[in-house]
Amino acid sequence: MTCRLIQHGLLTVFLASCVAALASEPGAATPTTSTTAPPTAQPLFANVAIEARLTHLSRELRCVVCQNEALSESPAELAGAMRQEIRDLMKAGKTDPEVLNFLTSRYGDFVLFRPPFKPVTYLLWVGPFVFLGFGVLVWFMALRARRTFKGAPVNSAQLAAAARLLEEKP
Amino acid sequence: MKRWLPLVFFFVLVGFFTKGLFLNPREVPSPFIGKAAPTFSLPVVGDAQSAFSPADMKDQVWMLNVWAPWCATCLVEHKLLMALAESRTAPPIVGLNWKDKNREAEQLLLRTGNPYVAVPDDLSGRVGLDWGVTGTPETYVIDRAGIVRLKHVGPIDMEVWQNKFVPKLKELGA
Amino acid sequence: MIPELGTFALILALLLAITQAVLPLLGAQRGNLTWMAVARPAAFGQFTFTLIAYLCLVYAFLSNDFTVINVASNSYSNLPAFYRITATWGSHEGSLLFWSLILAVWTIAVATFSRTLPEEMVARVLGVMGLISVGFLSLLLITSSPFLRQFPGPAEGSDLNPLLQDWGMIIHPPMLYMGYVGFAVAFSFAVAALLSGRLDAAWARWSRPWATVAWAFLTLGVVLGSWWAYRELGWGGWWFWDPVENASFMPWLAGTALIHSLAVAEKRGAFKAWTVLLALMTFSLSLLGTFLVRSGVLSSVHAFAVDPQRGAYILGFMLLVVGGSLALFAWRAPRMIAGGAFTWFSRESMLLANNVVMMASVAAVLLGTLYPLFVDALGLGKLSVGPPYFNAVFVPLITPALFLMGVGPLMRWKGDSVPDVLQRLKWALGIAVATGLLLPLTLEGYKPWAVLGLGLSSWIALTVLIAFRERAKTAGQLANLPRAFWGMHLAHLGMAIGVAGITMVANYEQELDVRMNVGDQAQMAGHTLTFMGVQQYAGANFEATRGTVIVREGNAEPFTLYPGKRIYNRSGSVMTEAAVRPSLVSDLYVSLGAPLNDELTTWAVRIYHKPFINWLWLGALCMVVGGFMAASDRRYRIGAKARAPAGQAVQAVQGA
Repeated sequence: MTCRLIQHGLLTVFLASCVAALASEPGAATPTTSTTAPPTAQPLFANVAIEARLTHLSRELRCVVCQNEALSESPAELAGAMRQEIRDLMKAGKTDPEVLNFLTSRYGDFVLFRPPFKPVTYLLWVGPFVFLGFGVLVWFMALRARRTFKGAPVNSAQLAAAARLLEEKP
Repeated sequence: MKRWLPLVFFFVLVGFFTKGLFLNPREVPSPFIGKAAPTFSLPVVGDAQSAFSPADMKDQVWMLNVWAPWCATCLVEHKLLMALAESRTAPPIVGLNWKDKNREAEQLLLRTGNPYVAVPDDLSGRVGLDWGVTGTPETYVIDRAGIVRLKHVGPIDMEVWQNKFVPKLKELGA
Repeated sequence: MIPELGTFALILALLLAITQAVLPLLGAQRGNLTWMAVARPAAFGQFTFTLIAYLCLVYAFLSNDFTVINVASNSYSNLPAFYRITATWGSHEGSLLFWSLILAVWTIAVATFSRTLPEEMVARVLGVMGLISVGFLSLLLITSSPFLRQFPGPAEGSDLNPLLQDWGMIIHPPMLYMGYVGFAVAFSFAVAALLSGRLDAAWARWSRPWATVAWAFLTLGVVLGSWWAYRELGWGGWWFWDPVENASFMPWLAGTALIHSLAVAEKRGAFKAWTVLLALMTFSLSLLGTFLVRSGVLSSVHAFAVDPQRGAYILGFMLLVVGGSLALFAWRAPRMIAGGAFTWFSRESMLLANNVVMMASVAAVLLGTLYPLFVDALGLGKLSVGPPYFNAVFVPLITPALFLMGVGPLMRWKGDSVPDVLQRLKWALGIAVATGLLLPLTLEGYKPWAVLGLGLSSWIALTVLIAFRERAKTAGQLANLPRAFWGMHLAHLGMAIGVAGITMVANYEQELDVRMNVGDQAQMAGHTLTFMGVQQYAGANFEATRGTVIVREGNAEPFTLYPGKRIYNRSGSVMTEAAVRPSLVSDLYVSLGAPLNDELTTWAVRIYHKPFINWLWLGALCMVVGGFMAASDRRYRIGAKARAPAGQAVQAVQGA
């Protein structure tokens, strides 16, 4: 029985690996035989490394003129201006925390989608894990109560009535 | 006793929601309140040789009104600003011309009147960014020591002036 | 004329809802059969008039009656007909009418499929649903009538929000509302049981199929919203933890806990208090969603109306419904006798653990969603709580539930032996761990979260296989297994597929921002994309720019994608129409950005590669199908036929 299970399991893993490999393997591209190579599209912004940083950081930032959108995706003009400002700051050598500081000193903590860990947000960050811990406690206590469970009290009259019902033909 | 907990918790939530109905989640307070006004130096509309800087307004209580010629609400607010400027009871107002790409500010002010003591020209919007401006109109009140004391987002009307600005200005001894 | 007819129909519906609520509830209290019997006809009447009112609104939209303010604000004469119909639920007022209609639909469903239930129970359930209908209909009539008129009407409407002019709009809100409102049935059963003071396993058995069907609809509704956002917004995102999204996710989490808890309550008579509370909470969370979307207390892209006045009315309604039901719960709690003993290592204890984890997740999402409000209300400033927070917090919290999903279904009720279970599961555990650790080695970059996600996903899938193997040995043919069994495992498998999809796309998606001239090529994940320029064309109510991109992958047949931009005539809004090439293993997603020159030959183009994103939708679909299968298990249907005579006998006895 376990041998079959091993077989099935390995088969699953194998299939999964194949699928994954297929998904990530670049297709075997045949080089074109044209004499001039087709022009390659240039990245929209020259500095690819900074763009990657910008994308990552702007997902953490709120567009202050939108109704709850990230800076990375907002089409608003001010959002574009802010993204450009971040680009300029990064080109000037500022680190990510420095960029965030630049923005929060002008727009407040409101601009951060990841609330900073401060006294006012302790409850926010710790809360979920406290809930889980509390839940585990409730689980333990409920189990302890169940182990020594006694059913609802039943008297002899009820038992007799139950016996009669069981005797009845359906 | 545990059985009442869900109900109690619900009542607490309702309390917050009731308070929440009176709040505006989009109104963001400025982090500059109580801090020094950001410095800048910008050419003035109509006179490219002069420059304006907040330091020029030292030892006075003054207001910075961020506006733009393309902003319809600003034009409505403009009438009140003219009235305030003419009444001489209000502190001096500096009008930051924000992102005026079409260069319309000078003509507009000639046409409708100029309530401002100076009109620094923030073409790129960089200074606005430094002040945490998110749109127009927005108005700041700065005290004699150059500390920002109030920010109002949106147009100033009589009600806002009376209820929000006047008490603050009185407090600052304007 | 027709809009006034609509208002009149709503008034009649309200009167019938009041009748449906008051008489049966009082009748059940006093044992008055005649009053109790009013419930069904009143329910059918209320449905009829609500439907008439809704059809009047549809008529107003289809006939372009711009004297109706709602039509003028949400429609346009060039709007295609089916969007004019969907626009009926595109506004605050219209969607409330739609809510009421769906509530009426569920009410008559309960009225129809409850012939085998005791009359007293039916009367109470329909009565409570009637109370909820009264709330919504009066909210409609007093604060949010869709039939308000303006004379003279404008010559033209303001057009439906272009974001809603997509066929996802046709199906997402109806499914979502079927889910939200469907939980009103489980809620009503719970309140009915509390009112009668009889909370036995029978109540759980009756509620269970209703809760499961509502859950399946809600799953479908939430996923459709996600899929729609993915296709429509142009940046390939599918979940943003926006307050309104969370407002639909919380009832889903609670509803999941509910259907699992009902399993225990039905089979073992245990968890009755928990289950009742969950039934109350799930619908309360639905109502909370209604409040959040319409009151303006939270900032959201989905918000309908930012109207504190309407918010106050909804809050008052919630106070009555939720507060009343929780008070009733507290009052009746001592009467609920615990049933069924079990040990710490049993299916019950695993399901209890699942309940705990689900509720902790609901609490966490609620905390994050409401925290900005808490902080602001206490005068502590303004905060934003967004995706980075929720992702950081939710994943660790849901992980135990995903693990339990593999263990629970394989354990015995009452108590199981640790060595026995370990023996059955050790290979699955080993293979899952191995898959988690090794599979990412074959992918681009070794990501720790991928280890967790892939490990959990294969764990669940393997345990489903084991369950079938073990069951097939005793039951003979797989086809003979009950639908509930198939449904449960299909739903769990769907979860596994979904988790695998989410893990892959979140960790391995790729994005490229390029400037493309006509003839330029870009590379993405083995595909070569060539930009062929744009064409302008006019649609029914928009002007469009359509780009052509030819895609080649190795030796395969090239295909063409048409990313575009639309400017809607009436509103001037610009929408990005992304072009997606779906496949089972990935999506190639191309989005046209801004033009970079005046001749419109150079454009900013964004190209995404999203591996396994379709597993998300497929997995969810499996969950939906599984849910419907489980709810249609024959024991709910056969039992119905056999018990019909008994129900009539009870009526005869009570009537005597």
